[in-house]
Amino acid sequence: MTRRRLAAKVLAEALVVLLLAVFLIPFAMVVVNSAKTSKDILFHTLDLPANWGQLFVNIGLIFNNRTVHYANAFLDSALITFFSLAVIVLFSSMCAWALVRTKSAWSTILFFAFVAAMVIPFQVLMFPLVRWMRVLGDLIHFKLLQSIPGMVFAYLGFGCPLSIFILHGFIKNIPYELEESATIDGCSQARTFFEIVFPLLQPIIITVLILNGIWIWNDYLLPLLMLGSNGAVQTIPVAVTAFAGAYLKQWDLILTSTLIAMLPVIVLYLFAQRYIIKGMIEGAIK
Amino acid sequence: MQRHSLTKALFVLPCLLAFVMVMLVPFFYGLFYSLTDWNGVSDSINFIGFAHFGRVFTQPGFLYSFLVTIAYTAINVVLVNVVGFALALLVTGNLRFRNFYRAGFFAPYLIGGIVLGYIWQFIFNNAVPALGAALASQSMQVSLLSRADAVIWAMSAVNTWQYAGYVMLIFIAAIQAIPVSLMEAAKIDGAGYFRRVTRILIPMTANAFTITLFLTLTTSFKQYDMNFTLTRGGPAARFLDQPVNASQLLAMNIFNTAQANHMAEAQAKAVILFVALVVVSLVQVSINKRKEVEQ
Repeated sequence: MTRRRLAAKVLAEALVVLLLAVFLIPFAMVVVNSAKTSKDILFHTLDLPANWGQLFVNIGLIFNNRTVHYANAFLDSALITFFSLAVIVLFSSMCAWALVRTKSAWSTILFFAFVAAMVIPFQVLMFPLVRWMRVLGDLIHFKLLQSIPGMVFAYLGFGCPLSIFILHGFIKNIPYELEESATIDGCSQARTFFEIVFPLLQPIIITVLILNGIWIWNDYLLPLLMLGSNGAVQTIPVAVTAFAGAYLKQWDLILTSTLIAMLPVIVLYLFAQRYIIKGMIEGAIK
Repeated sequence: MQRHSLTKALFVLPCLLAFVMVMLVPFFYGLFYSLTDWNGVSDSINFIGFAHFGRVFTQPGFLYSFLVTIAYTAINVVLVNVVGFALALLVTGNLRFRNFYRAGFFAPYLIGGIVLGYIWQFIFNNAVPALGAALASQSMQVSLLSRADAVIWAMSAVNTWQYAGYVMLIFIAAIQAIPVSLMEAAKIDGAGYFRRVTRILIPMTANAFTITLFLTLTTSFKQYDMNFTLTRGGPAARFLDQPVNASQLLAMNIFNTAQANHMAEAQAKAVILFVALVVVSLVQVSINKRKEVEQ
């Protein structure tokens, strides 16, 4: 019996290591081949690079490229992701709290509308969105297309339904007595929220940040349509496709550009891995 | 009291404004445009009724995309959930570095569809044939992406690689919520591992299956990014005696239709995608919910 159990345990360990190798080999392929010349990639695909210094040569080629402004795209992606996350977290928490703590038909209808909208596929509204953003921008004299604030506004709109849904479930379980006593002590509603409720939301906010952060950093169609394929403002995924389109089958450039696109996420993941996994699991139960 | 409700109204306002402007208004415009002759260039937009809806169902290209999307979704729903559940079983077991394994399996989810499409295009078109040459295997030297009969499976494999780790985390959360005493009691009563999985773990994680099936179903149905960078719809195939693109999913068919300035027709196809998605996910969730209640 114990022998059988030992055998089962060894088998499970071996299986999991094997599976992990299968899952991680694609990453290794990218790193290894980003450090080769395009000729070496074609003729020595599976070999280790002859000279790791080539990796930095390739990275230099990417950042100094005249056709695709990769450094700009990197900065724009970072700004768009950062500000979108900030407004999504702040406004979704405020909205979710107001909806939970208001008992009226309106709050129920609004919450239902947010939840129902989650099933709308992007394909139905992406083309009308571009047209509407142009009309609306002209109307308010503010550039919504090809602008970072416009992107942030769009991400707030697309990101808030899921965020409100997750936060709503969490806030429902916060005892109301906490806020009640603050109100009795003369605390205003806004202060009650920011000083008492908001700090309590921290664990679920991590979940909201991770889910939205992964989506926004990697999103393709929304920035493609709102910013254009080679406009002044560009995000990383759009820049990567621009590279692949301009340098067909030049795998040294394409693979290196994907490596640079993945790098910030992977580095962040290595450091905050425990929080990310925990945040994702916590979000899953809600 | 008046002042209180004003604060709360102001709290709702930013999200509501953005939501209405970028989702609701374009959504209703989208429904309306599907009934017009909008071409994206001309400003005159005329109402023409349901003409597009009848016409698109006579196009072999659209019909093929619709069917291949259903097949692709069905394959994904099975593959992602089976692999994800198996991974969850493995890493909730008594392993030494289980947190490390969890992190590794989840890692592909962090990479967006655009980037991983290129990575896997390289693997299928360059790395696997190179391995095939080294092993002197003829079949491995032909890329799966160039075979009309295999390309959907290659895409499903990539999709499984991306989502299995995410689904695994949802299953882990559900498995950890099961009282340990329940599993222990079953073990003492002499239930083997397989029996404990099928009789306790799977029924007790029914609510997780509702979520994971919904997620895999909707993401596969709407897939565009990876499809675009992995295959661009290729290779060529034939359907109803017409040339079609073997791996062109519905979302890509819609996008390409719009790029050819058939905006209203693209809108009609998108509305069909929307209705199909709502119907299928409502059926799925109601079946799953009934299963949850039965437990």
